[in-house]
Amino acid sequence: MNTPTPTAPPSAAAIRLHESPLAPADAVSDTHHPAGEPILFRVNKGQTLRIEDVEGNQAADVIFYNADDLAEHYSATDTMLQQGGIYLTTGSVLMSNEGRPMLTLTADTCGRHDTLGGACAAESNTVRYALRKKYMHSCRDNYLIALQHADIGLGKRDLVPNINFFMNVPVTADGGLTFADGVSGPGKYVEMRAEMDLWVLISNCPQLNNPCNGWNPTPIRLLVWDPA
Amino acid sequence: MSLTTTSTTAAVPPASAPALDDPLLVLPGNPPAADPVDAPALWQGFPAAAREGLAEAGVAWSDVMPGGGHWSWRLRRGTVLRLVALDAGLNASLVLYAAHDKLERYNMPDSLKAQHTAHYSRGHVLMSDMGRAMASIVQDSLGWHDPLGALMDTAWMQRRYGEQRYGEHRNAMHRSGKDGLLIEIGKHGLARRDLIAPVNLFSKVTVDEEGRFAFHAGHARAGDFVDLRLDMDVVLAISTAPHPLDPATTYPRRRLGLAAWQAGPAAADDVCRRFRGENARALRNTDLLYL
Repeated sequence: MNTPTPTAPPSAAAIRLHESPLAPADAVSDTHHPAGEPILFRVNKGQTLRIEDVEGNQAADVIFYNADDLAEHYSATDTMLQQGGIYLTTGSVLMSNEGRPMLTLTADTCGRHDTLGGACAAESNTVRYALRKKYMHSCRDNYLIALQHADIGLGKRDLVPNINFFMNVPVTADGGLTFADGVSGPGKYVEMRAEMDLWVLISNCPQLNNPCNGWNPTPIRLLVWDPA
Repeated sequence: MSLTTTSTTAAVPPASAPALDDPLLVLPGNPPAADPVDAPALWQGFPAAAREGLAEAGVAWSDVMPGGGHWSWRLRRGTVLRLVALDAGLNASLVLYAAHDKLERYNMPDSLKAQHTAHYSRGHVLMSDMGRAMASIVQDSLGWHDPLGALMDTAWMQRRYGEQRYGEHRNAMHRSGKDGLLIEIGKHGLARRDLIAPVNLFSKVTVDEEGRFAFHAGHARAGDFVDLRLDMDVVLAISTAPHPLDPATTYPRRRLGLAAWQAGPAAADDVCRRFRGENARALRNTDLLYL
């Protein structure tokens, strides 16, 4: 694994499209995951995970944990620092809070993904929209119910800033954070190779207060391949 | 109070002002038995621009943090903490946890998206993962503090600055920002999985069209300051280790001045409450803790 040095030029890019050679028929699992729901599952070192935006404009909110050390989790800040920029695309290495590579993005037909916007929560909905929105469903409630049922030693403290696959959250030159649309579409996918044994926690985002799911949350498809 | 401090402040401190030496490099002496509490009014030695309003505010305590140092405080709602760049180019990495429940903590994405911002200045609120205002920026001479959360770990520090360990260098050893904050949150029962993305006060990082970072070296001038009002009782930890994107070729040691006073909770016409609706609701959510 190539570890960039702090003096290396940044590898980050706005968008880097790359198609996968992998065939769904060869996948060891192929899961249709319904709108608005969470899922927690294992992906082992060397395996490749594909997340497909089946109908388009669907945010998939994802956190990764080291299966052998649950205190090691995906770190948005270490990932951005190592690549020298904010957008995730083909070639991005997803880093842990221990400064280790967790996954490498090997294919991407969407081209840009977000790691600054975080996951929606009932509590943050009260801030962003209205106090009385608090009973609507959210990604962080999804995360918590998945972790409560699994009971594997992960909890609220482990709900760190996540990746929003298929979301476009540009930062402007004058320091604004914007929520732009139109990068993803039906059938677009992102693929990543696990560099360690992982737990994958996904909330298929149920947010209805903004256009991050095109006002209509839809299913995603999850495929896993063994190493060639 | 001026918002556009421009001088690099050669202003002469009061004659009685105590020295603001870096307390890791110039060790203060022990106090005499007859006057055993060595808590001088260090704020009186801050640059003139950063002393504005302090005499009237009734400073409860003040301090000088060394470059590369770390400390943590439990502070209660209504306290204002002034942070002062005593040296140009300072970085101060700050994390916040709710004192009533340290599972509630500052949340970078929630704060940024609620305020549609990738920088912090006057009017902005640091929000918890529970939708509550933890701290509000009520005064700021810089206009930009970096919220993107980069934190230098020891491996990065050693690649950048080489190894400088205690055995050869004593108090001038290098400590990474990450280790400094791990020590501090450890004092409050928190572990490495609990370390959150910090706010890098006094630093400026912009993002270009490719999404790439640009670090603005020397952003803070000596005498720049920011006032944080605590909206709830918090555990606040700070490291003054350099920003990982700082291009300095030797580990920079830049001092942070601190002064705290009581101002009470955010009033109805508070600058942060009125800054935008999201902030008003986050402050309202916090107010409900103190009915």
